[in-house]
Amino acid sequence: MLHTFVAYVEDLPGVLTRVASLFRRLNINIHSLTVGHSEQAGLSRMTVVCEASAEAGHRIQASLYKLENVVEVDDIAQAPSVTRELALIKVAATPRSRSQVFELVEVFRARIVDLAPESLTIEMTGVESKIEGLIQVLNEGEGRILEICRSGKLTMRRGHHTSGVLKAMSVSADESAEVPAEDGAAVEQE
Amino acid sequence: MGTDANTQALNHPPARLTGAEIVWATLVGEGVTDVFGYPGGAILPVYDALRKFPIHHTLVRHEQGAAHMADGYSRASGKVGVAIATSGPGATNLVTGIATAMLDSIPIVCITGNVSSKVLGSDAFQEVDITGITLPVTKHNFLISRAEDIAPAIRYAFQIAKSARPGPVLVDITKDAQQATAIFDFEAAKPRPHRIHPMRKVEESGLAQAAELIKNAKRPVILAGHGIIESGAMEQVRTLAERAQIPVALTLLGLGAFPASHPLNLGMMGMHGESWVNHAIQDADLLIACGMRFDDRVTGAVATYAPKAKKIHIEVDPAEVNKIIKVDVPLIGDLREVLEALLPRISSRDGGAWLKTIDGFKGDSAVRDIKNLPDLGHLYAAHVIHDIWRITGGNAIVVTDVGQHQMWEAQYYHHEQPRMLITSGGLGTMGFSLPAAIGAKFACPDKEVWVIVGDGGFQMTAGELATIAQEGIKINIAVINNGYLGMVRQWQEFFYERNYESTPMVSPDFVKLADAHGIAGLTVRTRGEVEEAVNTARSAPGAFLLNFKVEKEDTVYPMVSTGSALHEMIRRPGGKDPLEES
Repeated sequence: MLHTFVAYVEDLPGVLTRVASLFRRLNINIHSLTVGHSEQAGLSRMTVVCEASAEAGHRIQASLYKLENVVEVDDIAQAPSVTRELALIKVAATPRSRSQVFELVEVFRARIVDLAPESLTIEMTGVESKIEGLIQVLNEGEGRILEICRSGKLTMRRGHHTSGVLKAMSVSADESAEVPAEDGAAVEQE
Repeated sequence: MGTDANTQALNHPPARLTGAEIVWATLVGEGVTDVFGYPGGAILPVYDALRKFPIHHTLVRHEQGAAHMADGYSRASGKVGVAIATSGPGATNLVTGIATAMLDSIPIVCITGNVSSKVLGSDAFQEVDITGITLPVTKHNFLISRAEDIAPAIRYAFQIAKSARPGPVLVDITKDAQQATAIFDFEAAKPRPHRIHPMRKVEESGLAQAAELIKNAKRPVILAGHGIIESGAMEQVRTLAERAQIPVALTLLGLGAFPASHPLNLGMMGMHGESWVNHAIQDADLLIACGMRFDDRVTGAVATYAPKAKKIHIEVDPAEVNKIIKVDVPLIGDLREVLEALLPRISSRDGGAWLKTIDGFKGDSAVRDIKNLPDLGHLYAAHVIHDIWRITGGNAIVVTDVGQHQMWEAQYYHHEQPRMLITSGGLGTMGFSLPAAIGAKFACPDKEVWVIVGDGGFQMTAGELATIAQEGIKINIAVINNGYLGMVRQWQEFFYERNYESTPMVSPDFVKLADAHGIAGLTVRTRGEVEEAVNTARSAPGAFLLNFKVEKEDTVYPMVSTGSALHEMIRRPGGKDPLEES
């Protein structure tokens, strides 16, 4: 199963290695890992996504806590959460072939953030499947993809809601994963 | 002068010291009296400051020995052992010793020098990334490049080494940090309180469930591990066993946690455990695992392990729970505390029928036991070890190496007290015994210390004979010399069609080798000579080496081969001279 570990770690040299080493030792490949400052001074927030059994997930969480520099660990896994990923995609596009890319960008509610004679760069925020959807249609189109830079998954548990609201939102979130155009609407409602 | 430094470390107002002095002052403050190490360029400032402090330094012959000595010191005393080495090769030589301590949860602190902070990462002479190298084999490590960070790091290292599940910690200090000065304030350097692992929890419902399982069990077995000794839960385990009449099976590192002579003590479990112990576990309807981690050497094939048993696991490390064996009731916490909470819920039980059943499992084991064979002129390691047990009254600290002799020690030297068997279990480190025994002797100078070691392992760290000679300490060394790497040969015998590739071993004359170090010795070839030789060694004023020329192709029985169920043991053919049957 897919695990999403969110860890608050001390912002010190070598901490990333300690965390990553734990996955390496179990021969688990990390799908994505993001680190940045958190709301607490001196603590960084890491989001680590990997594929592992439920038992291994439990062991990873227990082992993460054994690291002196790790303050808090949460395995979000299936819990209701808001998940986003940021992607920058550079596509080869001449003035003649741009319009097709513009259309796709519009449909996916992405943005053009750089425009050059031979290429353009798309910024896209969304769930993983939405980003992959855009990449797929770009590949099918005329514009060759030159570079992709993805942030990896950013995840936060949802706030406390009444169960009815939670249910409604998790449904819309699930749908949004498959129907990219509706995702923006769901976000706006929040 | 020493006492002054000690007082200064603890009572005087904060003073300005060099980083090197801070290293020692902090160690003194932590109660350290003995360290084991080897000097070199990047740690020289620390060595230069040593004479000002009341700490005895033992010069080792190889840094691996320093780590094993710190380890043996800790296993014998329960205190934190300390090893010191220089950068580069000095530091890498510690690694095997650190990993040994990690696998067996032994609290040691290793201090290494490193090149100056300005040249870190430049491949300077004798520079190595030792914090990187030791990351997976330490509980934690520190790279310190400022004098003011030394005391807090060392104090924190001691706390980490001792807390929860103990283990090794390394503090790497750059040379410029040793040379710089800083205000030394022992009290201010105190670490924040140890954070309890958030997944450590013992719920009321878990205790109630455990008590209910124990009450209703017909065939319960306590699995007693090393955690009993680390937690100091010997009394609590004994109370549980006696009150509910539950037999106790021990892991290798658990030996001594429950008295060998106790009527409820079954003996060692696992790959070379006694047959009735393994049968009892396989037939049990309840296992109460106390401070043990279901190592592959005690479970045999996991799929067929104790299939009829509910399992209660009392363990301090949440990462060990459900790692190998799925348990029904996990009680995650300090063993002694958990048992103290559990014991009021346990009432007396009649275990007579089950104990009788287990007795039945023994069958003809006594006849098969090599120690009951008549003296046919052969010298068996089992005889030697059993005789050493008899003659020392079981009161010696025995430090073993790894291999056949280690298993025979576990089977034939009976330990009544904890911390009297010192052996490398998890990592199985050959060469461990001689240096670990030196550490044990420094921890317990008044105790009789015996090394039991094979001819292979002995030669891995035999250089430490010179350390014994230089320190003038009394250690008795029994080399179980069969001219083979015996346990490997045994595997070749069973699983590689007796293709004894690279296991026959030509060794020097160990008595002459000891003599070259000024250590007396004797060679023993027959059983009749054993008693006198052991007594000669014991009464000699200094260290003594006994070279026991034992049977070359003897085998440790019983044996559960890898992949077999725990009850599927290869047994010693009964009633015959084991060499005749082959």
